[in-house]
Amino acid sequence: MSQATLEKRDQTTAERRGFPLSAYLICARGIIGREGLRFLHQRERFVSALVRPLLWLFIFAAGFRQVLGVSIIAPYQTYVLYEVYITPGLMGMILLFNGMQSSLSMVYDRETGTMKTLLVSPLPRWFLLVSKLSAGVAVGVLQVYVFLAIAWFWEVQPDWQGYLYVLPAIILAGLMLGALGMLLSSLIQQLENFAGVMNFVIFPMYFASSALYPLWRIRESSPLLFEICRFNPFTHAVELMRFALYGQLNLEALAIVAGCTIVFLGGAILAYDPSRGIISRKRQ
Amino acid sequence: MSESDETTTGLPALKVNGVSHSYGQRKALDDVSFHVPQGSFTALLGPNGAGKSTLFSLITRLFDVRHGSIEILGHDLSRDPGEALRRLGVVFQARTLDLDLSIRQNLAYHAALHGLSGSAARRRIDEILAGNALHDRLGDKARNLSGGQLRSIEIVRAFIHRPRLILLDEPTVGLDIRSRAAILAEVRRLVNEEGVSALWATHLIDEIDETDRVVVLHHGKVLAEGNVPEIVAAEGVGSISDAFTQLTGLEARKVQAEMVA
Repeated sequence: MSQATLEKRDQTTAERRGFPLSAYLICARGIIGREGLRFLHQRERFVSALVRPLLWLFIFAAGFRQVLGVSIIAPYQTYVLYEVYITPGLMGMILLFNGMQSSLSMVYDRETGTMKTLLVSPLPRWFLLVSKLSAGVAVGVLQVYVFLAIAWFWEVQPDWQGYLYVLPAIILAGLMLGALGMLLSSLIQQLENFAGVMNFVIFPMYFASSALYPLWRIRESSPLLFEICRFNPFTHAVELMRFALYGQLNLEALAIVAGCTIVFLGGAILAYDPSRGIISRKRQ
Repeated sequence: MSESDETTTGLPALKVNGVSHSYGQRKALDDVSFHVPQGSFTALLGPNGAGKSTLFSLITRLFDVRHGSIEILGHDLSRDPGEALRRLGVVFQARTLDLDLSIRQNLAYHAALHGLSGSAARRRIDEILAGNALHDRLGDKARNLSGGQLRSIEIVRAFIHRPRLILLDEPTVGLDIRSRAAILAEVRRLVNEEGVSALWATHLIDEIDETDRVVVLHHGKVLAEGNVPEIVAAEGVGSISDAFTQLTGLEARKVQAEMVA
């Protein structure tokens, strides 16, 4: 390259210290776009993410409708069908699996080396991780709304405003569960170890929550399990969405879900920070 | 400091100063110091286990520098990582392309990670791949390309954001002799055309040119640093291969044959 060309390049880039807002936006769009493309290339992932909750709605809920009657509890104004009660829990199930799927994707990226290309970006690492998290949440939100659209034909029909009110709750719940998945991905060394996440995270979180049965019923059968369910952040994510779907704000759930999101995300950012994290220390 | 200042003040493209790194009790790098002058093609020569990949992980900030310091064109990697990393292009030893995406999508993704818009990335891709047969395969999925072609794309990717320093961690590993030569020639051409500095990690003596700068790394220590004639003269031998043998106690050609095999 000639000296003149070098000088021209230096002149045009001399002012380029720091990163303009546009660079952040382009970077975030790139990360979200890549996740979107990966998602499109894995259509079976989309289908399986929908089939799982739909099976619960069509078969499990139908079967247990008569056994598990739900009395009038907030936010419901009347007795509701079990399918109606279980729907926010199934929305949570989609987000929970999606969050763990994103975590799996990060472990995969680390094993295949594509994670390196992300981490050597000059933009701040916290921003890269938040962008990656947002990409996963965007996919989760899409899945939840497709599920809600199908559930509408199954007599789960909240007011139309409910579909709008629930959006921030879905996003926040998705962020919390995605951040948890990201934190877990920093602790998992190999893809094979991921099966443990299913047994020790997904199933306990889902079953020890208010997703399938109201907490008052759980308290009647086991006060200890009731306390565990109350301690479980997934319970509060489900309740946040349940109330939002019917135009109400559950402040306690909001505070807990927001707090857990901050803690999980902070932990993930620390874990992926080379100066403090555990990622580099584990590599041999 | 502006980039024009960096060019005119004669700062080294890369300055590694007293860097040590351990995995538990095992020391991978021990007080490593060397520099890469601007515009130079520097070979980091060492057998497997010398510490080359650890050093690259530190320079790319995948690992934290706990002992010593690393500067890229005067920007300390620990204190000013954004400014340091924006001047850096990397080709990792393992393949890092997303095989499910097309070549163009892979390149656009990397450009976005450096804040380059889609149109700027397209122009840059066209510029770098002008006259290259791979330009016609931008729409192909990465998994449909050969190992050598994938490596070529990774090299293009490393140049997209106009870095000032390129790191290449044994980029010819796993390639046949013809592909190796083609990759090396392509990198040398781009380094000259783009006016960047390069640090090329290798254990293959025959990848080193007489005009290159060489840093010999062995057991985590720098044993020699300088131009090929300087190292050869300092060791009082006839070739860089003999100098490597004298410095490390390893038969250079034997190391090469073992690695290639």
